[in-house]
Amino acid sequence: MDLNHFDGAADEAGVPSTAKILIAGGFGVGKTTLVGTISEIRPLRTEEPLSDRSVGVDDTQGLSAKATTTVAMDFGRISFQSQLVLYLFGTPGQERFWFMWDDLAVGAIGAVIMADTRRIADCFASIDYFERSGAPFIIAVNCFDGAPRFEQEDIRIALTLSPEVPIVMCDARNRDSVKKVLISLVRYVMNNRSRASQAALG
Amino acid sequence: MTSHDGYGERWFDDEAGPVVRPYAVTKGRTLPNGGASLGLIDVVATTGERPSEHFRPGPEHRRILGVCRRPTPIVDLTSEIDLPLGVVRVLLGDLLGEGMLRIISAQRQQVPDERLLRMVLDGLESL
Repeated sequence: MDLNHFDGAADEAGVPSTAKILIAGGFGVGKTTLVGTISEIRPLRTEEPLSDRSVGVDDTQGLSAKATTTVAMDFGRISFQSQLVLYLFGTPGQERFWFMWDDLAVGAIGAVIMADTRRIADCFASIDYFERSGAPFIIAVNCFDGAPRFEQEDIRIALTLSPEVPIVMCDARNRDSVKKVLISLVRYVMNNRSRASQAALG
Repeated sequence: MTSHDGYGERWFDDEAGPVVRPYAVTKGRTLPNGGASLGLIDVVATTGERPSEHFRPGPEHRRILGVCRRPTPIVDLTSEIDLPLGVVRVLLGDLLGEGMLRIISAQRQQVPDERLLRMVLDGLESL
């Protein structure tokens, strides 16, 4: 067999550094819009476990107990000059996709949880998830045209957030606004880190 | 359906997607050999090593090797070769097991380190 085509090790100089941020929140809150505003969108095929209902329709006996079906999702990619690539993964809103969250969350910088003041309860599930997992998150309130505006503290109370979690107002269609959201998250994570290490030293 | 000889007029087109079920290319395996933990943003690259005698790389293995001549994050690789993530992980497990690929793990920790955070912050601020 001719494998000469693959001879030679990959060039070590070309190794990119990679990081990822999760974009969470309820269905229709603007996750895809936010990702598309600031990054290049790429498709990704992944799998979801077949529910009990569909087993028996799809005959998967003898293959594996972990039967799956393929689903399509998107992710965002921002490449910087410093050979750094930042990935933005929108966490799927529907409950049946929750199996993927852990896969997405491992090694992430943190999460931006998007909220819509007209349907504030839609982001409760995301907040619960990240509070449980201990991953840092901030709230980005997507200010839809015509949606009622609230004070940050009112939103904090409505979401029963602890006082240190940043809340930022944003327009998911606006690049500068989205940039500010992502910067807020990274700064928050860095501040958390330095506080934690100072506490450890003290 | 129109009559055809099996080769002339194809009843499917590009939009129909692959005709082979995804896990056919992994011979039904849904988990990588060796239990390698492959993160979405881990970077994989070819080593230049030859496989053992008994290993017969399939067309999908070859496509992966072709892409990974440049160090490539798994998520980009998966998007580029348009196979489901689970399938790609199984195929990567084969190639890692043969020593033809190696993982240049982007992050050895569960969370990104200070240096990486600083790089991301600088990058975002320069956008």
